[in-house]
Amino acid sequence: MPITNALTTTIERVSILDEHGNFDEKLGKGLIPDADLLKLYETMVTCRMMDEVAFKLQRSGRMGTYPQNMGQEANSLGAAYALNNDDWLVTCYRENCGLMWRGVPIDSILLHWMGDERGNAMPRPHHATPIAVPIGTQMLHATGLAWAAKYRGQKQIACTFFGDGATSEGDFHEACNFAANLDIPVIFFCQNNFWAISVPGRIQCSAPTVAQRGIAYGMPCLQLDGNDLFAVVYGMRKAIEHTRTTGKPFFIEGVTYRLGDHTTADDARRYRDQAEVDAWKARDPITRLRTYMTKKGIWSDAKDAALREAAEASCMATIERCEQVEHPVRGDVFNYTFADLPADLVTQRETGHTHSLGQDPSQLPSASNTR
Amino acid sequence: MANLTLVQAINLALIQEMEKDDRVILLGEDVGANGGVFRVTEGLQKRFGANRVVDTPLAESGIIGTSIGLAMAGLRPVPEIQFEGFLGPAYDQLCSHAARMRTRTRGAFTVPMTVRVPVGGGIHAPELHSDSPEAFYAHQPGLKVVMPSGPYDAKGLLISALRDPDPVIFFEPKRIYRAIREEVPEDEYTIPIGKARVVCEGTDLTVVSWGASVIQCMQAIEACGRSVELIDLRTIYPMDMETVEQSVSKTGRCVIVHEAPRTCGVGSEVATQIMEKCFLHLEAPVQRVTGFDTIMPYYKLELEYLPDAARIQRGIEDCLAY
Ligand SMILES: Cc1ncc(C[n+]2csc(CCOP(=O)(O)OP(=O)(O)O)c2C)c(N)n1
Ligand SMILES: [Mg+2]
Repeated sequence: MPITNALTTTIERVSILDEHGNFDEKLGKGLIPDADLLKLYETMVTCRMMDEVAFKLQRSGRMGTYPQNMGQEANSLGAAYALNNDDWLVTCYRENCGLMWRGVPIDSILLHWMGDERGNAMPRPHHATPIAVPIGTQMLHATGLAWAAKYRGQKQIACTFFGDGATSEGDFHEACNFAANLDIPVIFFCQNNFWAISVPGRIQCSAPTVAQRGIAYGMPCLQLDGNDLFAVVYGMRKAIEHTRTTGKPFFIEGVTYRLGDHTTADDARRYRDQAEVDAWKARDPITRLRTYMTKKGIWSDAKDAALREAAEASCMATIERCEQVEHPVRGDVFNYTFADLPADLVTQRETGHTHSLGQDPSQLPSASNTR
Repeated sequence: MANLTLVQAINLALIQEMEKDDRVILLGEDVGANGGVFRVTEGLQKRFGANRVVDTPLAESGIIGTSIGLAMAGLRPVPEIQFEGFLGPAYDQLCSHAARMRTRTRGAFTVPMTVRVPVGGGIHAPELHSDSPEAFYAHQPGLKVVMPSGPYDAKGLLISALRDPDPVIFFEPKRIYRAIREEVPEDEYTIPIGKARVVCEGTDLTVVSWGASVIQCMQAIEACGRSVELIDLRTIYPMDMETVEQSVSKTGRCVIVHEAPRTCGVGSEVATQIMEKCFLHLEAPVQRVTGFDTIMPYYKLELEYLPDAARIQRGIEDCLAY
């Protein structure tokens, strides 16, 4: 028997507005109307500003560990823009920009990082799940959410985000496999920023692309310039069309870079070169868009300055609101454990004690003496 | 002798064992160039090479599963799980394989590995970075569970763990990673696994605790001004009930303190064994001052959750008043 070719495949890489300002008219024309573009840009700038403010806040002890999103704004934003508002956004922690576009109050995200569970009480209509801290776990939930929509005969899909590091977890592979084999309409969106804290992407995936992991599960895939909002919107529209019409999953790799430290608890200088960071700074998604809009005549330095000022003011107002939220009450530790609190938990909550004599001082001889 | 933090003491123990025994290798997320997110493995990759201090893919099941294979092949892997909250994906490998290997192969294969895991609350960390899951693993037959309460013990216990022929989960209380310093001998020494330490002697009541809570217990004992004996279990399993039994037989009263939730916590086991072994000596019901039976709250409320010196003191005083 001759040896035949079992599979030849290619992976498309989409870039529309590159870092030098070149714009592919064929792919990009009419993709995003100017009016939308201005709003999208505004969201990116506000998101970036929030990162800066949160960072300073953490440094002055007013905020817990915070993961900056700096440099990665275009991925989740482009996705949220292309999706319907009732499609599920199942995110990790570098998708603030998309969540902001969806209308999730940024207060929610900040409160979470300020050590307050109330930040996770995401308003249901936003169809966004709370920040997932255990890496690589939320893609299975996205698969379940989309499965439910399919079960109900709804046209809703789910889009889930995760990092390059997350693709090493078993749950990631199980999610891809479930979605592909059970025909579930999920878009898997990997934000490949080349680092998982200090561990380089090569340790998570030694194939030339992350995108081809989709192929391994039988999903179509695309690699996008994740710092190019146009490319993200273009790629997402393809993915959405496929997913919604076939009811099957799609895999996207958005190539991007984490310009900041992993979180405020990290110091990236310990493990990566400044030259690498600088090279990526030159590919910043915000700068790129700004240059494009300016060249197009719909933006100016003056408008930019005004926007930044307004964004800073709105971020400061958000911070103020978050800091003024009254401290959660001790009862909150207990109140959401179950729909109906077992008696023992009620006792723990009411007495503030776990030891039996603290819970029921009448057991103490001295108590009965005084009675 | 040097005045070291817990982080430094563990680092030193790792260096010394790695120098002596080239079967010892470290693996985990960010343990290499970054020296671990808590810097416990700082400098070790430089010193011993990327072959012995290995940054792995981000996969806890993978880290433990491959460690099991490495150990079965005769190496002494020391996997690190970055935070106790991320032990979840490794649970299957730990409990379905590491714990059972010796038994199911009638000793043909063994798993001499030491799983290092930062544990516990009190450092203002995000969600799933503050839990105390020691009872889950103590409940699993075939695993040893160790949790030091200070730098000196940490070094001696870790060396014992590294030399132990069976899997040991070595919990490192992150709250005291840098909060306290102790004199730690440069020379190697071991502290046996399964041996508790009497921290201070007393005659009125016994407090049993482990990990970072030992510090809160000392504060509470000082504040209540009575003669209280404090026992640091040091090893959760195998548990040194002999030391506890001797103490409680003398004092007749006992308060057990841990960060983990109360229900089915390790305190339940300690209390039961006290009831079994010291019944006629008991002057009061054994008390448990623990975390509540709730999800560990985010940091705004974590101090409401963790047993602090005041709550422990109240437990001691109630027990004394009985
Ligand atoms: C299950 C699990 N293991 C470890 C961690 C600790 N941790 C938090 S973020 C991170 C790296 C994530 O890298 P990646 O998936 O690439 O996302 P990025 O941070 O680069 O956006 C690690 C190891 C965690 N949160 N969850
Ligand atoms: Mg990454």
